[in-house]
This record gives sequence, structure tokens and C-alpha cells, in this order.
Amino acid sequence: MTVLATVKGPHMDWSALSPLLALFGGATLTLLMGLLRPRFVRHALVPGAAVASLGAAMGLAIWQWDRHADLVSAALRIDGLALVLMLIIFTAGIAAVLLSWRAAAPVEAAHGEYFSLMLTSIAGMVLLVEAQNTITLFVAFELLSIPLYVLCATEMRRATSLESGLKYLIVGSVGSATLVYGLAMLYGATGSTDFSGIAKAAGAGGIGTDVLFLTGIALTLTGLAFKASVAPFHQWTPDVYEGAPTPVTAFMAVATKAAAFGVLLRLFDVALIDSQADWGPIMAALAATTIIVGNVGALAQTSLKRLLAWSGVAQAGYLLAGVVVSTQLGVKATVFYLAVYLAMNLAAFAVIVARERETGLGDHIDSVAGLGAARPLLAWPMTLAMLSLAGIPGTAGFIGKIYLIEASVDGGYTWLGVFIVVGSMISLAYYLRVIAAVWMRPEPETALVPSAVGPGGRPALAGGSATDPLEPAIATSEGIRAAEPEVVFVAVLFGIATLAGGIVPSPLFNLVKHAGRALTGLF
Amino acid sequence: MIWLPAAAALFGALLPGRSARAGAVAGALATLGLSIAVLVQFDNGPDFVTNDHWIRELGIRYHLAVDGVNIALILLTTILFAATAVWSSLQPWERERSFYLWLGIAESGVLGALTAQDLALFVGFFDLMLIPFYFLAGQWGVGPNRVAGVTKLIIYTLVGSLLMLAAAVATAVLVSNSTGQPLNFDMGYLAQNTLPTGSQDWIFLFFAAAFLVKMPLFPLHGWMPDGYRAMPMPVLAVFSGVLSKVAAYGFLRICLPLFPDASHHFQELMLLIALASILYGSVMAFTTTDARLILGYSSVAQLGFITLGIFSLTEQGSQGAILQAFNHGIVVAPGFFIVALMAARSGGSEDIRDMGGIAFRAPVLATLFLIIAFATLAMPGSSNFAGEFMILLGVFRAKLVIAIVAFTGVALASVYMLRAFIRMTHNRVGPQVEPREISVADGLVLVPLVAVILFLAVYPQFVLKRTQTDVVQATHPAVVASR
Repeated sequence: MTVLATVKGPHMDWSALSPLLALFGGATLTLLMGLLRPRFVRHALVPGAAVASLGAAMGLAIWQWDRHADLVSAALRIDGLALVLMLIIFTAGIAAVLLSWRAAAPVEAAHGEYFSLMLTSIAGMVLLVEAQNTITLFVAFELLSIPLYVLCATEMRRATSLESGLKYLIVGSVGSATLVYGLAMLYGATGSTDFSGIAKAAGAGGIGTDVLFLTGIALTLTGLAFKASVAPFHQWTPDVYEGAPTPVTAFMAVATKAAAFGVLLRLFDVALIDSQADWGPIMAALAATTIIVGNVGALAQTSLKRLLAWSGVAQAGYLLAGVVVSTQLGVKATVFYLAVYLAMNLAAFAVIVARERETGLGDHIDSVAGLGAARPLLAWPMTLAMLSLAGIPGTAGFIGKIYLIEASVDGGYTWLGVFIVVGSMISLAYYLRVIAAVWMRPEPETALVPSAVGPGGRPALAGGSATDPLEPAIATSEGIRAAEPEVVFVAVLFGIATLAGGIVPSPLFNLVKHAGRALTGLF
Repeated sequence: MIWLPAAAALFGALLPGRSARAGAVAGALATLGLSIAVLVQFDNGPDFVTNDHWIRELGIRYHLAVDGVNIALILLTTILFAATAVWSSLQPWERERSFYLWLGIAESGVLGALTAQDLALFVGFFDLMLIPFYFLAGQWGVGPNRVAGVTKLIIYTLVGSLLMLAAAVATAVLVSNSTGQPLNFDMGYLAQNTLPTGSQDWIFLFFAAAFLVKMPLFPLHGWMPDGYRAMPMPVLAVFSGVLSKVAAYGFLRICLPLFPDASHHFQELMLLIALASILYGSVMAFTTTDARLILGYSSVAQLGFITLGIFSLTEQGSQGAILQAFNHGIVVAPGFFIVALMAARSGGSEDIRDMGGIAFRAPVLATLFLIIAFATLAMPGSSNFAGEFMILLGVFRAKLVIAIVAFTGVALASVYMLRAFIRMTHNRVGPQVEPREISVADGLVLVPLVAVILFLAVYPQFVLKRTQTDVVQATHPAVVASR
């Protein structure tokens, strides 16, 4: 008789894990299908499968809607916050797939890999918002980041895309290293990797003066600030956003931000809640800096993607205000604003994608000039998105901003509320510039005339690819074509969502109430 | 009621052909009809109330009502928008569907701001009514710098509005913290639970900044010349006639009842600002030669009077302010219309040096203009006279010195209006001037407006009677505070 050592695996709650499984299944499937030869499979079935797996994940998340449980030995937790953020991330994912469907990037980087990477990154985001200990947090963080580094560089024939990927990789690695260092210090100070264990140690008192603990908090915050593009750790954002293929930029801007803020909420408003007095003022200062830096940085931009990158930095500052106050109201306001942010940014990015394909001007602000007269279906979503980002009444952005200001005032950070307002004032200058271009300038003459040099001044190498018999799609992707219906659909859908969220916000409020219930330790 | 114009314009915009125009005009006229019906039925106190949860989580209610403070301005708004819609339909516009759509949304926004009884709702509508004017002026405006001009306008005013937003949220949150009740933005509720003096002060200043920019009064009028030059004439008429009044109304609706102590505290500051505006506006109005800007600067002066009345913190002053707000709106809009007609007769120039000498060839036009000019300079017998008289009476009781200086404003008004009138209609016939009588269609817009001016001149009680009770009530907390 030999005694078999039995290792008892953790209990697996398959139903609660099902959204994740759908994503990993989808990632594998798209990767394998991308190997198949027929053009139809690669160009239609692969993106279709990606959408299907995201749709399935979304359906499964809704199926699990009322769950509140710890999974896999309490490494993950499924609760209202995770589920609401999942919905936001999946929606962003579906929109990104639709925008990438007939873009140049998947053609150049191969369809299977492109969509598979996207799904993997989404799975990383889901893991991140479910994470309950620092190990899962870090693994999820890397799972989300590494595919994104590659995705940024998928327009391989464009130097700026490669530059963007490389820059993101380097800066992201610094961020990850800082994060893991900070997490290790937290472990050293509290003796626990679990959020609940950290919370217990932090709540026990006496730890507030521990240098190790405080340094750990600072480094962790820094690491996450890199990902959420919070100033002064935002410098990569404009360059990477500009260089990356626009659908990827849209995806990064929305989904990454949702995931990063999800984990910020979990880590700071749950695990470290008892040392709020230590990190609160610092984070508030970061938020204020971010608001000002982001808005001032956006003022002089002529590239729409850079403009939205800077505006994204500023919006991260607004969102951070909701984390700082660490109240129920703050959590709800943050999640609310994330949902609003999703709608308005996707609408804007979809219009940029459409105009990149239609005008050959890249993402320069001229590409949307005269849109009001020429393409009302694109002009309106862009206008609504800009108005909403600026926080004009009648749009979802207005209510989101009221909510955040209210959370700040209520949480004793009135001055931060004033910063949000001041930031919004500065932001008017550049958002209105876009609207002015859309409605009040004539269409540029170069529009709809094919130019020898493609979007963003591609290197001559691109010219050679047009004759590549294997990939005839490239020929069209280099040139000028009408925006595909799915791109217009994304723009219009999220334009309407932006407006609807401003007029009938109740459904959104119900959604965030669900998320707020998940964090019970707060006022 | 408030959504009718926007809905009609939207409906028109969706129909093919020229029906956008018809839809917008019909919508504006129907709203005018409705507001007259409301006026007839109106009997002191809040009426036609809609009160429903809008955003329960934030304590924001969709609470609209007509009462004595806003009824006159509602009537003014509907009259002027109807006149503008008819006037606009007399000339062709590029992409006219969007034009009328924005016009309809603008009217809805203004009516919403006037009827809102919830602070957050008011702030929302206050910002919302501005956006259509951005598009109207930016797309259909005149002059080479229109986009820059209107962007300046919008940034100025939205900055004010954002300050107001922060102040509104702070008011509700601070009240809710001190009473322990959940958030509530309802103005009636907030008026019953006023804030401590310290908080009132800064919140009052934020609101005041927003309103002063919008009016505009003296130190904050920087956007006015550029913005006015950029706007197309019909749009400018309602902008100047209506939007500035909403700001004056805001003082009466929000600052006085909600922040009575601060209103008293800053009374002298506000009076001095008003006085400076009267003098500055008058002086600028008789030095500039651009007919638009003459009216623009005269508006600055007139709004100075209105503010003077409100911040006399007396009942007569507030009453006079409401009357004068109505008067000014109903006078300045046809004033702009006349300028447009004159400009059409002088080769498109709006410079008064290029006009002149049409009085004999076009006596009807000149007469209509004369009535408007007399009303503006507050001839005894005009309704403006009654308004300014009440305002000055109120100020006289509050601050004697300021009232005496303000009297010179009345005299200055006659200087600049008569100068404009003489240069535009008398003197030599300008080189490019082609004297032509007013057409029937133009008369259709102008004559009813002038008729309203004349009607009010003989019967100002028409406004005063209906507004008295509620205006007195709105002023009351501040009157008490100032004693």
C-alpha cells in the first residue's frame, strides 16, 4: 500500500466563473479559427466569434446578477461592483471589436491573434475587478497589460504604432514593477495578501506610522496610477493613445480605466479603508493635479486622439475624487461616471475611426470639419460626446459630474468639488473647439480625395503592400472609403446613450446602486 | 408646455421640404397662445404645477410651476420667440431645419429655466438654453470672427454657470447636512432652511457671478460686443430680449429668497455694480456708431437699472425690476428688428453713419422706431417710465446717493437713443441709402410688438397686478434681513 498524498483543490463555483470561462474559450477559439485559410473565416467569423463570446460573457454575468460570493479560495469575489464593471468592460469590448472589424490592424497582425489578444486582455480586466488578494491582483494586472502592449503595436506598417507599443511596454513595466514592489511591502507590513487580512491589520491600529506600510501604499497607488493615467504618471498616455490603432485606443481608454478604477475602489475603499486618513489627502492632491494637468494639456492639441487622451487624464482626476472620499456615495458616483465615460468616449472614438477611413486626414481635428453639413449621423454623436464630456446639462456627463461633486462635498472635500468645476471650465475651451470644427467650419478640400500618403503619413513601405496579392484588404485599408455601417452604428448608439443617460438617468442609478451595495464597509 | 416648441421644431425637422419652418412657427405661436391662456387663468400663487421625481437618488425633482415671479417673463419669452420665428421665416437660411430645431430647443430651455422650481433643474435649464445659441450664432452668424466671438460668449457664460452648479450642489448638501434630511434641491424647501451667513456669502457670490455674466453687467460684459456682432439679427433679438432677463429673474428667484443675509451683506456691492453698468453702458452707447452695439450697451444700462431695483431690497424695487425686465425685452427686440430693416436699406451696413434721411420717405417705419426709442428712454407715459420710476423709488428709500446718481442714467438714455434715432432716420440721406417703406410682412412682426409696448404704456398694472403678491413674497426674506 502506498499512501497517496491527496491535495484537495479549492471548490470551484463554475457558474460564477462562467463569464471568465466564456472569455478564455472565445480567446482560444478565435486564435484557432484565425489559422484557417478561407478569407471569409478570418474576416467575418473571427470577429463574429469574438462578439459572440463577449455577448455570452455578458449574458452569463447578467445570469449571475445577484450573486455575492467568494470564489476559488477567496482569491476572487463576484459581487455587484464586479458585475457592473464587467458589463461596462464587455460593452467596451464589443464596441472595440465592431470598430476593429474592418480596420487595418487585424489585417496586418492577423485576425486570430488580434481578437484573441483583445479577449485575453478583457479576461484580465474581469479578473482584476474580481480580485480579492494582492497575488490575483498582480496576475490580473499583467494579464490585462501584456496583450494591450501587443495590441498597440498591431498596425505594424506604421512606425508610430510600433513606437506606441514599445513606449507603453516600457512605461507599463515600470508601473507594474512599482505595483508589485508596493504590494510586497503591504504584505510585509500586514502579513497578509488577502484584502480582508490587510483590512484587519490596517484596522488594528498602530500601523499608521509604519514606514513600510505607508511606502507600500504609496508605491501601490503609483503603480495603479500609471494604469489609470493619473498625473504625474500620465505622460505615456497621449503618445500611446495617438500611436495605437484607434479601435485599440478606444478600448484602452474605456475598459482599462474601468478596470483600474475597479481595483482602486477595492483596494483603497475596502482593504485600506481604515488608513484613509493617511492616503486620502495624497490621493486628493493627485486628483486635483490630474484635473488641472489633463485639462491644460488638452488645450493645444490638434490631434483628436491626443485631445481625448488628455481629456481622459482629466476625467481620471474627476473619477479619483469619488475614490478619495471613500463613501458609499463616492463609490456610486465613480461607477456612474465610468458608465457615462464609456458612452461618451466610445461615441467620440467611433466618429474618429469613421473619419480616419473617410478622409485620409488621420485623427487631425480637420478630419471632422464640416461634418455637420456632410454627415449628420456622425456629427451628432461627436457633438453629444463633447457636450457630455464638458458636462453640459441634458447629457449624461452633467449628471455624472453633479454626482461626483456631490460626493466630494458630502465627503468633506468641497475644495475637490471646486477643482472639478474649474477643470470643467478649462475643458470647455477644447471641447468647444471640436464642436466648432464639426458645425462651423467648411469641409476640408482634401476630404474624400484619395491621397498617396495614408493616414498619419505612413511610411513608403505601405505603398508596396497595396500590391500584395495575399492581402487585398490592405489596399482598401490604406485608401479612402466610406465608413462601414457598424462604425456609424457604434457612434449613433453611444451618442443616443449619452443623451438618454442625461434625460432618464434612473436605470443607470439602479445599476450603480447594485455596485454600491457590494462595498458594505462604507458609510 | 415648455417642450412644445422643441417638439414642434423637431417634428418639422423630420418632415421633408420646407415644413421645418412651418413647424417651428406653429410651435412658437401655439406656445404663445398657451402662455396667454395661462395668463388669463392665472390667479396668484403657484399654478400649473408639475412635480415629479426626476433623479430620486440626488433629490432632484422635475418641479415646474407658474407663479407671479415668472409669469410676466414667460409671456415675454413666448412673444419674442414667436416674433423671431415669424421674422426668421421671412428670410431663407441654409440648412433651415437645424436652424429652427435649435430655435425651438432654445425656447424650451428658456421656458424651463423660468418655470423650474428646483435648484438643480434651474441650473440645468440655464446651461441648456445657452447651447442652442452657440450653434445658432456659430453656424448662421455674421461677420468674419463669428466663431471666435460666440466661443468667447459661451465660455464666459458657461464658466459662470459652472460656478453656479458648484454653488447649487453645495447649497443642497450643506442644507441636508445641517437638517439631517436627505438631499433636496427644491427651492421652496431650501428657502425655508437657509444656510448660515458664512456659507451664504460665498454661495451668493458664485450665483451672482453667473447671473452678472449672463446679463451682462459692467465688469463682466467682455463677451458682449463680440458676441452681439456675431449673432444673426433675429437670434440676437431674442438673446438680448430674453436671456438676460433670465439672469435678472435668477436674482429674484434664487438669491433673494435663498440667501437673504448675503443679499443684504452684498447689497452695496451689487448696487455699485449696477450703477457702474448704467453709466458705462450709457457712455458706450453714445460713443459707438454700430447700431447693434448701441442697443447692446443700452441693454447693459437697462439691466443695470433692473439690478438696481432688485438690490434696493424693497418691494417697489423688485416690482419695478420685473416690470422693467418685461419692458426692456419687449422694446429691445423690435429695436434689433428695426436695425435689421435699416441695415437692409443702407446697403447692409449697420453703422449709423451710413444711415439717415429715411423719415420722410418711410414715415411708418420711422414712427414705429420713434415709439421704440421713446419707450427705451423712459418717456413719461411709457411703461418704462413706470418701471424706472418704481425702481428709483425703491432705491431712493434704500440708498439715497445711489438713487441720485442713477437719475443721470435716465438722462443719458435719452441722449443715446435720440442720437441713434436722429442719425438713423433724419439728417442727410446716406450715400447708399435707399429709402423704402416697411413691407407688410415685416410689419406683421413689428406692429404687434409695438402694440404691446403701447398697451403697457397705458396699462402697466396688467403686469404689476399679476406679479405683485409673489414678487413681494420672494423679496420678503431679504427685506427682513436688510432691516
